[in-house]
Amino acid sequence: MISIQGKGVSTGVAMGPLYFYQRAKTSITRETVADTAKEWQRFKAAQAKAIDELGELAEKARAEAGDEAALLFETHQMMAEDLDYEESIQGLIQDEALNAEAAVADTAEQFATMFAGMDDPYMQARAADVKDVSTRIIGILSGAVQGGIDSAVPVILAADDLAPSETVQLDKAKILGFVTEGGSGSSHTAILARTMGIPAIIGVGNQIKKEYAGREVIIDGTKGVVIVDADAATKNMMIAKMEEQRKTREMLEALKGKPNVTKDGHSIRIYCNIGSPDDVSSVLGNDAGGIGLFRSEFLYLNCDDYPTEDYQFEAYKKVLSDMGDREVIIRTLDIGADKQIGYFNLPKEENPAMGNRALRVCLNRPEIFLTQLRALYRASAFGKLLIMFPMVTSVWEVKEAKKLCERVKKELTAEGKAFSDDVKIGIMIETPAAAVISDRLAKEVDFFSCGTNDLTQYTLACDRQNADLGRFYDPHHPSVLRLLKLVCDNAHKNGIWAGICGELGADLSLTETFLSIGVDELSVSPRAVLPLRQKVRETNVAVVRDKIIEDLIG
Amino acid sequence: MKTFEYTIKDPVGIHARPAGLLVKEVKKFASAITITKGEKAVNALKLMALMGMGIKQGDTIKVSVEGADEEAAAAAIEAFFNANL
Repeated sequence: MISIQGKGVSTGVAMGPLYFYQRAKTSITRETVADTAKEWQRFKAAQAKAIDELGELAEKARAEAGDEAALLFETHQMMAEDLDYEESIQGLIQDEALNAEAAVADTAEQFATMFAGMDDPYMQARAADVKDVSTRIIGILSGAVQGGIDSAVPVILAADDLAPSETVQLDKAKILGFVTEGGSGSSHTAILARTMGIPAIIGVGNQIKKEYAGREVIIDGTKGVVIVDADAATKNMMIAKMEEQRKTREMLEALKGKPNVTKDGHSIRIYCNIGSPDDVSSVLGNDAGGIGLFRSEFLYLNCDDYPTEDYQFEAYKKVLSDMGDREVIIRTLDIGADKQIGYFNLPKEENPAMGNRALRVCLNRPEIFLTQLRALYRASAFGKLLIMFPMVTSVWEVKEAKKLCERVKKELTAEGKAFSDDVKIGIMIETPAAAVISDRLAKEVDFFSCGTNDLTQYTLACDRQNADLGRFYDPHHPSVLRLLKLVCDNAHKNGIWAGICGELGADLSLTETFLSIGVDELSVSPRAVLPLRQKVRETNVAVVRDKIIEDLIG
Repeated sequence: MKTFEYTIKDPVGIHARPAGLLVKEVKKFASAITITKGEKAVNALKLMALMGMGIKQGDTIKVSVEGADEEAAAAAIEAFFNANL
């Protein structure tokens, strides 16, 4: 038995085979092959697998969105087995002894050029379809794994650390828990694990060895421990813990459908933070009242180029319609700082956390922002949308962003496109500047949501990604809590509401404080909804409020 | 051999969706089905070549069907064009 100590960043116990994340290779090598018949067979096998995969995607799309949605994948299937396409690949392999990867790439280029050269813009855009299909076949040929995991059974996923673009593409159904070499408690892997409600252990360094791959491991996210080849006694103990976990879960299940009301009749809204439309099922599954923070970055991270208005529209529309009449707060693009996207070509900065990020990028490059706003407003016709701007520091920024919203609404009206005329606009309060002038900002918007991760980092001048600064990064610091109180007071004086959508919202040791300072909404990861509801229902604000406020401002 | 002519009514012409559906339809029959526009002729089983012809609204195409089940195939393909294009 091998026991490895790391840092637990998402609680729970999980057991399963260890699997190392497979990164896709991106470049293709050109080679001459000796056995062209064998190479052709290799292509045929990859082609068959691609057709199978596309068939599965088509069925999935059909089940979720009907025949029309499935047709895209069916067209891709037909492209993969198109006679001319196949003939061209066969020619390159058999006559020029080219390896299959390069033969597919060349053929893709040739067909893409044909489409790109047509005079119809619709047909020109089909070049992307041929390339997409070809990339899939090349991926299979070169052993790359879709979503990074090639396993029939769910696994404990090990990685050095995962980039945001990697976490969004993971096949979530295959993951029981995470173990990473590096990372911090606010890293994307940690956030994802908490959203999924599975354990995660970070910072195990080189203790997790490649040779453990495939062996049974048990991870305990509460203790931050990874056990490889557990002995019978340890295994039984962990199984007992998993059983206990299941019982707690059952007890929490009983809270579904119950209101978030304190003993003395105070109610608070409990919403969820999500990062992808796939998370909606866990939002509803945990009986959250709405979505308090939908990070729209996933759309940008998932693409190799700026996502189009239609692409974004479909994604927003899906979330809004899935959520029905529940509120969905979508945060506009928040990139820069620790979330970088290649095609944005943002210059490297000395100090990215204080640099060109979030709303600043959007106001500096309005064409990108307008595309997103158009997609958002169009989607607003399908549910209850609220739009939220990140990283605000000044009133003028909010005014400028709102002007762009007005422009979009005018454009859509002129084009005869439907949108809701009741889209509320809010901002994130995540800089000390915004908190301090929240009285003025409140006059411009319909709501506030405090992003406590950044608010803490900026208030304390303390990098949240730096593992060495753990004890200095204190979200319970009175300066942070006083700012939160100030924001709530200023919101209420101006007749708007204030929420918290940072990790702190789920911190049960602060629930009484939040209720006492009048926080109207807490947005937390789906798994935290029911424990938080339980805590709210056990609290009597009238009893605790005076002392909490006195301790805070006294 | 059975042939018929058809003038495309769909505003975007033979784009990916109907081309895909057409290939699906053609596959149901044993007959060889050829689509001709002007000088160019393609086998209707070839999706990308079909799309590559850039057949647009107002274009008149000739469809030839040859094989054991040509009667049934020609009727089905003509019905397909009327319904989808």
